[in-house]
Amino acid sequence: MSQLPFDPLLLAIAAPLALAVAIALGLPKRWSVRLAYAGFAVPALMALHVWWHYSAQVPVSGYAFLTRYSTGLDGLGIGLKLGLNGISLPLFVLAGLVGLAAGLYAIQSGAERLKLYLMLLLVMQAGLMGVFASVDVFFFYFFHELALIPTFIMIGIWGGRDRNYAAMKVTLYLTLGAMLSLVGLIALYAKSGANSFDLITLREIIAARPLGQLAQNNIYALLLFGFGILVSLWPLHTWAPLGYGAAPSSAAMLHAGVLKKFGLYGLIQIALPLLPLGSAHWSHVLALLAGVGNVLVIGLVTMAQRDLKQVIGYSSVMHMGYAFLGVACYSVLGAGGVVLLMVAHGLSVALLFLLATSIHHRTHTFELTEMGGLAQKAPVLAAFFVAATFASIGLPGFANFWGELTIFVALWQFSHCLTVIAISGVVISAVYGLRAAARVFFGPPTDAFAQVAAAHPVTDLNWREKLPALILLAALLFVGFWPKSLTTPLNATLNAVYVAPAAAGK
Amino acid sequence: MDLSSLQALAANNDWTAIFPELLLGCLALVLLGLEIVLPRDLHRHLPVVALLGVLAILPSQIISFTVGFVEGESFNGLLYHSREGQLMRVFFLLSALLTGVLGTVSLAKQKVAHTEFYHILLVVTAAMMLLVQSNHFVMLFVALETVTIGLYVLVGYFRTSPYSLEAGLKYLILGALSSAILLFGIALLYGVAGNPALPGHTGAAMNFDALRNFLAHNPHHFLASVGIVLVLAGVAFKIAAFPFQIWVPDVYQGAPTPVTAFLAVASKGAGFLVLLILARTFAPCAWLLAPVLTLMAGATILFGSLAALTQHNVKRLMGLSGVTHAGFLLLGVVAAGTQAMAVGAIYFYLFAYLLASFAVFGVMAQVAGANDADQELSHYAGLAKDRPFLALVLAIGLGSLAGIPPLAGFMGKLFIFIAAFKAGLYGLLAVAVVGVVISIYYYFSWIRAAFFASGIPPEGDTPARPALPPVGFMAGLVLGLLAFATVLLGFYQGVLGQWLAPR
Repeated sequence: MSQLPFDPLLLAIAAPLALAVAIALGLPKRWSVRLAYAGFAVPALMALHVWWHYSAQVPVSGYAFLTRYSTGLDGLGIGLKLGLNGISLPLFVLAGLVGLAAGLYAIQSGAERLKLYLMLLLVMQAGLMGVFASVDVFFFYFFHELALIPTFIMIGIWGGRDRNYAAMKVTLYLTLGAMLSLVGLIALYAKSGANSFDLITLREIIAARPLGQLAQNNIYALLLFGFGILVSLWPLHTWAPLGYGAAPSSAAMLHAGVLKKFGLYGLIQIALPLLPLGSAHWSHVLALLAGVGNVLVIGLVTMAQRDLKQVIGYSSVMHMGYAFLGVACYSVLGAGGVVLLMVAHGLSVALLFLLATSIHHRTHTFELTEMGGLAQKAPVLAAFFVAATFASIGLPGFANFWGELTIFVALWQFSHCLTVIAISGVVISAVYGLRAAARVFFGPPTDAFAQVAAAHPVTDLNWREKLPALILLAALLFVGFWPKSLTTPLNATLNAVYVAPAAAGK
Repeated sequence: MDLSSLQALAANNDWTAIFPELLLGCLALVLLGLEIVLPRDLHRHLPVVALLGVLAILPSQIISFTVGFVEGESFNGLLYHSREGQLMRVFFLLSALLTGVLGTVSLAKQKVAHTEFYHILLVVTAAMMLLVQSNHFVMLFVALETVTIGLYVLVGYFRTSPYSLEAGLKYLILGALSSAILLFGIALLYGVAGNPALPGHTGAAMNFDALRNFLAHNPHHFLASVGIVLVLAGVAFKIAAFPFQIWVPDVYQGAPTPVTAFLAVASKGAGFLVLLILARTFAPCAWLLAPVLTLMAGATILFGSLAALTQHNVKRLMGLSGVTHAGFLLLGVVAAGTQAMAVGAIYFYLFAYLLASFAVFGVMAQVAGANDADQELSHYAGLAKDRPFLALVLAIGLGSLAGIPPLAGFMGKLFIFIAAFKAGLYGLLAVAVVGVVISIYYYFSWIRAAFFASGIPPEGDTPARPALPPVGFMAGLVLGLLAFATVLLGFYQGVLGQWLAPR
């Protein structure tokens, strides 16, 4: 069956949203939990479905599964237009898989006020699917915000220490970033003369009549720094470790794993193809900020962390530096590397946050200095964590390897010096990643941990924790061994939107 | 007595153009009559009569959308029935209806007469409906004074509360001052336009069309410019724009909560419609109008958001954040000078603002204790645990006011920003972005108080929250509908969205 009787993209957005509404309207708890399984499974199944059938589709203006629904704003050029191209397909799949894992992990967590927690996660899931399925730039932004609001609330209610401060800081930073990028998008809408938020129309009009150098510089700056705050571009990154440190595990998985990729996706899908001159103008600033700031400075900062969640939070900021370096290259290779790295990093960081929480259940602390020797009592947990750490460092066999390698190759053509810095970053991330794994799992147990272990007997991962971790690890390995499943459609789209306009310009 | 004008009036059907207003006036009189006639124990039903009456007038307004006088004049050019004016009539009727519902909640907590409140509310609403259709300075001033005098009474309605009386007095004095400024401006314009030495002079300068014609001939006349600035200043008082916003916190705090809501929504809406009409009239003097309005918009946004940051009383917070909203709307008015779609954006913003504000004020009316002026942020601690429904409505209302998608308020801000960008107002847009980010801070701290904080105050001396009465059926239904409409309008703009499209 290659053709479903309904729109898989709309279903992936509507199903979690409808279930969230049903839970909000007072469904009993038993049913809420059961339906939540469906709410997380449907987007994941739809994501796999479109991944499987993507190559058989005949793309319309570069997009497969293209549909449009009117919301009464046709006169302003706004409409819910859904579709996938080679750039959005990998991220759509990522959102579906990480969402399923985060949902499963949340259901087994048995958090306080579980119904509200699941409801917010479902809203977030709907927003995530919508972000990557939207062809309309307005709805791309709209769904991002829809997914962002539950993050704030979840940090505020279920967060760890400093949750009030963290919730406020994350809200203010991310609102500022979102507002800047919104102004940038409005600028595209108005300055291009398209008077439409439809990305296909925007592309056509800008290809026929490119914007001037000054306009491109200014609009790209708005988008770069607006999206940059959202993706924790140094020095605007300070919300990220704080927020992830405080956020409950499933929220951190979904935000760090998927939602944060919104900004990079916006740069790759919208800013770079539409504003090539602007991106060239800012590429050196961006490369310097990302290369020295995100990779080197934050890499060293990460090495100094003593708290497991902070290590993961900072390392995620550091890895975003690689992605920004790929954006700065402005080449098919660089952009493709960024998309691959986004998928790989999303899977691996979600896995790390999941495992960190599972570790916390056993050690009752995130302090690395108070752990040790957990591998003897929880070998499966240790195996998962070490695998996730390897993936995060970028060992061959995992998806991250392809992303980083591609970016380094693209970067070499851009700047030799930065490539050296970036590759030295891999060493840094190996140091802190392996050291964290060693501190938690190997060596003799510390006194503090021995006391905790005596009070609460330590068990290995149970199946309900293993299942979401397995989903993520399997996806990491699958892409690691068969990257072609993502790169074939990606390459086709990138060649169309990056090379074709450049060739037409010459 | 000359009966010919009355005969002429009876001969045509002009009066049918204002039958919603006439019905409102009749309803107001019927209320007073019923209070005399009916036995005392039936008086508690009179608010229901008033609300049902307004509900019955709403469809009659929708009929007048389609037939008769739309896009035409009546009463010898006193009134001009624009399509926007018809939409705003619905806006005011809705405001009156919602204010009335809030009144049933708030007045029940006080020992005051009920019937007069509804009587004055209906008369003020009728005057507002006439105000936004006025096409003549005499009509404008008479309607405006009817509104303002009614509001003086309503603001000071809780006679035993010193806050309410103080608010009434402040509103009266500053309102009288602004009316004087407005009148002076009108007189200057009339006098200048009647000067036979000037090209395009006219004896009928009170009429907006005639005045615009005169200004087109003399766009740089000094006295006319002074008149324009004075008239704008008078209107700026009504919409609480900088530098005429100083009355807002005290009056908003002292006035009964339903009246505060009415001031915040209906009075502001009326002010903006008048401003749009006047901006159209003064359009030939765009060299003066644009910088004045631009400065006013920027200063209003900044003042409102910075002043609201430090507030602990939620009524003052709503007042000062309302100043910020006035700034955003002014941004739309400035953009409307060159962009047709800005006008539609202003209407959408006003409707989104109406839904969200009444949702928030409705929750405030529920949470308020016996002292209506004393409503602190700390009273909301733990609301999500005790009254999850009220907390949800509050969060949706505040989220929409803060402009968070997918709520209606976000769409309103987006449309205004698009219009402003198209009009090239980059500086103001930057100020507006700053205003939005600051507003997230204070709205979010209110939501945080309701959701994240526990009900037990950290210090012993913080006043405990007044006991929460159960939510009545009608109030609950209305709050639910408001929240639902706020969410729906964020996802699907439908008919209101089509209003936005440039025609």
